This record gives sequence, structure tokens and C-alpha cells, in this order.
Amino acid sequence: MIKDITIGQYYRSDSILHRLDPRVKLAGTLIFVITLFFSKSSLTYAASLLFLALMIGLSTVPLSFIVRGLKAVGVILLFSVVINIFFIPGEAIVHFGVIRITKEGVVTAVYLGTRLVMLVLGTSLMTFTTTPNELTDGLEKSLGFLKLIKIPVHEIAMMMSIALRFIPILTEELDKIMKAQTARGVDFKNGSFLHRMKSMVPIVVPLFVAAVRRANDLALAMESRCYHGGEGRTKMKPLKYCRRDLLAYLFLALFLALMIYLGFFCPIGR
Amino acid sequence: MSISLEKVSYIYEDNSDIKKPALIDVDLEIGEGEFIGIIGHTGSGKSTLIQHLNGLMEPTKGRVYFEGKNIHAEDYNIKSLRGKVGLCFQYPEHQLFETTILEDVCFGPMNFGASKEEAEEAAKEALKDVGISEELFGKSPFELSGGQKRRVAIAGILAMKPEYFILDEPTAGLDPEGRVQLLELLKCLNQEQGITIILVSHSMEDIASYVDRMIVMNRGRLEFDGDKEEVFSHQEELEQMGLSVPFFRHLANDLKEKGFPVEGEILTLEDAKRAILKTLKKEQTYD
Repeated sequence: MIKDITIGQYYRSDSILHRLDPRVKLAGTLIFVITLFFSKSSLTYAASLLFLALMIGLSTVPLSFIVRGLKAVGVILLFSVVINIFFIPGEAIVHFGVIRITKEGVVTAVYLGTRLVMLVLGTSLMTFTTTPNELTDGLEKSLGFLKLIKIPVHEIAMMMSIALRFIPILTEELDKIMKAQTARGVDFKNGSFLHRMKSMVPIVVPLFVAAVRRANDLALAMESRCYHGGEGRTKMKPLKYCRRDLLAYLFLALFLALMIYLGFFCPIGR
Repeated sequence: MSISLEKVSYIYEDNSDIKKPALIDVDLEIGEGEFIGIIGHTGSGKSTLIQHLNGLMEPTKGRVYFEGKNIHAEDYNIKSLRGKVGLCFQYPEHQLFETTILEDVCFGPMNFGASKEEAEEAAKEALKDVGISEELFGKSPFELSGGQKRRVAIAGILAMKPEYFILDEPTAGLDPEGRVQLLELLKCLNQEQGITIILVSHSMEDIASYVDRMIVMNRGRLEFDGDKEEVFSHQEELEQMGLSVPFFRHLANDLKEKGFPVEGEILTLEDAKRAILKTLKKEQTYD
């Protein structure tokens, strides 16, 4: 069950997308998401879709793996699409008792559905191709200017990378605890809702204890290696732009220009 | 009356669709009242193997039978199996969660349908068996020392009154005294209550002094299965798998090489003492 959630995971490969500087990918994702939210015409949607398809192609991450990530958000997706179909007023195409499906509703639902799917795929593509460490490094560097207004960027980035690092550890811990309690006769699958909620207690308590224990151990290990925050700290692998990063920025700028043109100035496709 | 595995294979699949076989064609029969040791290198499939014994894992291929019945058959009550085949994972103290020790130990039996009174009775008995004194019963399990927590967690399984008791590295991280106490407890459970003990361990010395039968796992295959004397006689193969033989077997071999003849299979300190004394006496009579 847990292994079905592919959102936020890293997929090991050696594509051009994997080798790009994380700052480029962050900028790219940001541009993609923002333009997606301003998209109103079918042309901009088509352009976004094309962009996404190109990126997926370049990433060499198998499509089946990417699509699996959608499962986790399937319910939210379905919910928002259905709500839109039934509750947007307008010209009715189906009228059945209290149920009314309008043309506007269907159109909005289709747009919204595509937008959400592209949003999830686009953002997860970044995590598929960027390790959590690169990602936080990239964030720390790109948001470095915030240090000027006394925001502890390094510390926040460190906390983020620790949090990300702990996800697989806690998943493993959860798996172990669940097995251990199953061996003691806990039944997670059957019984009433209340019963199943109650059977979570023997899982959640040890999991919290484990998280605190791990955090404590890590804090001790960091202190014993004289960790004292970001000041004067150097990196083992400092981020450096190279030619392909500049080319990628250029490509992003072109994409942004295209989206602005299609969205605000192009007369067709509205 | 036994657990038997018939050509069991298990293949791990991770997200990137890479398949790793963890068990390959394992045939195994575990009878009542046995004391079995399972050894193997890290990643040899020991943990996967023991999780098949109580149905926590389902074989990719092959079947597992308990008392002649296929445990993954549709109408099989797998929960009741877990009451009969107790499984104690590595670092079992990490599964403690109740507010008091007594309640935590009662948790297992009550899941298997015991009443509050029955569960408490079983829990008290189990706690006594593992050497937790009565004044601790009302304390929180999180107040205890590491060794005591371990013993409480083991009592938690023992209180379910399993017929088979599987323990994965129960002595890891215990001090020498705690180690001996725990192993003596297992021996006592085996001899006095007739519980089948299946012990996964890295310590050849523990295996040599306590178990009767030994199972050696290597890269997912069951490499050896037999009396410990017989299995330890395959010294070379064991060493090739990255396993060692008990210290006293090495000692006996070295003595033989240096021209001091000791007889018989020597695995433990006791064996070595007896054999050396015997040889010394013989030499005296020749003089």
C-alpha cells in the first residue's frame, strides 16, 4: 500500500533533467505552475501539455511510474471534478430530477481536471528527477536573499532536508511496527470504523516514540560533530551553473513568453 | 502437528520494478518441541523466512502449511495461527505502547479473545517467567531500562501462550548477563512447557550451546538443515558464506593440528573441557 505512493519520490536515472541544476528545475516548476493557474484558453492548455510531455520524455522516468502518483490524489481529483459538473449553473444538457448537468459545468470540470493532473504530474516530475538534498540545496541558494531580512534560510533548508530524509525511515519503522502488532493479533482490515480507529493506537504511539528517539539521536550526532548552523559553513558539492543550465533558462524564458502571448495577446482560442 | 514450507519462494518488488528474490525454493518442516537455530549473513533471507511461518508474508510461489492446512487458503483463520505461532521481531521493545506494563502484556492475549481476567493471569505468569518483579507491573513501560523493556516485550508474546515461539535476534544489544538469562529462559520454555523455539541469531556460540537443530540460510536458499554437529562440520562452506564456526571448534582443530588429539565434536566450552581432560588423563596413563 505504502509503496504505491510515488509522489515526492526520487527516480534514479541519468537524464538531462536529472543533471540540471536544481535551481533551474525549481524555476521551471514555478513557471509551469503559475502559467497553469493563469491559463484560460485551450491554446495555453495545449502549450502546457506539450511542455509537460516534452519534460516527461526528457526525464526518462517511465510513464507508468509517473501515473501511479496520481492514485494518491485520485479522490480529491474526482471530488473536485464531480462537484463542478453538478453545481455550476448554466445551460443544462442533462436534466433529471434535482440533478442538472450544465454545459459550463462540463467544460469547467474538464479544464479543472486537466489542470490538476498537470499540476500533480509537473511538480512530481521535479521530485522524480531531483534528490531531496539537491532540492533543499537549490532552495537554500535561490532564497539566500531572504537572509538580508533575517530569515534563517539555512536552518529552514536543513530542517526541510531532515524532514524529507526521515520519510523513508519512518515508513520503514511504520511497516515494522505494523507487522509486530499484527503478530500480536491486531486486525487492521476488518471490524467497525471505531474498532479500526482503536487499532491505530498501538501503531501511532510506538511511531511517535520512534520519531522522537530518532530525532534525539540525530541531534546528538549533529552536536558531537560541532554543527552550529549555517554561518561559515561550506558545501561539499557547491551548486554551479554550467552551459546546459543557461540553455534551460533560455528555454524556460521562451516558454514563459509563449504562454504570456497565448494567454493575453493571441486573438484565437479563447 | 508441524509447520511446513513447500517450495516457498518470495520476490521483493520495489518501486522501480526491480525484482529481488529473498527466498528461493525453501522446503522446511518444523515439528513440535524442537529448538531450532537459524543463522545466515545479513540479507540472506532469515527475516523473510520467519515472517512466512506465521503468515505475515505470503509466498510468491509455494505453500505454507500449519498442521496440514494451507494457511493462505481462503477459509483459513490466519489470526488464530498468529496466536499459536508467536513472532518476536528484532528490538521488540519498540512496539510497547500501553500506559502500564501489565496492560501492554495483556494486549496480545486480549486480541486473541481472552477475557480481562484470563489475560491478566497469563500476563502475570509471562512477566514472572521473564523475571520482571511484581512492583513494576503498574509502571509505564517507557520508564524501564533497555533490557527490562526487551523482557516485557517478550512477555507480551509469551502471554499469548504460543505453541511455536520465533525470536529474531532477541539478544542483540543485551549485556552478557541479560543474554544468558534470556537464552536460559528459552531453554526452560522448550524443556518444561514443550514450546517449539526458533531462534534467529548471529552468535555461533549461542547457537552452539542452546539449539538442537540448525538451519543455515545463504542468498535466499536453505543451505544446510540438520543437527548442529553435522552442520558445523561443514566449516569450509560456512566460512565461504561469511559465517564462522564456534570458537571452541576452532580451538579443537588447532589442538589437533599441533598434535594434541581431542576427540568428538567440540562446539561449546563444556565439550572442550571434557575432551581435553579426557585426553590429558589418557596421556597420564600411557606415561
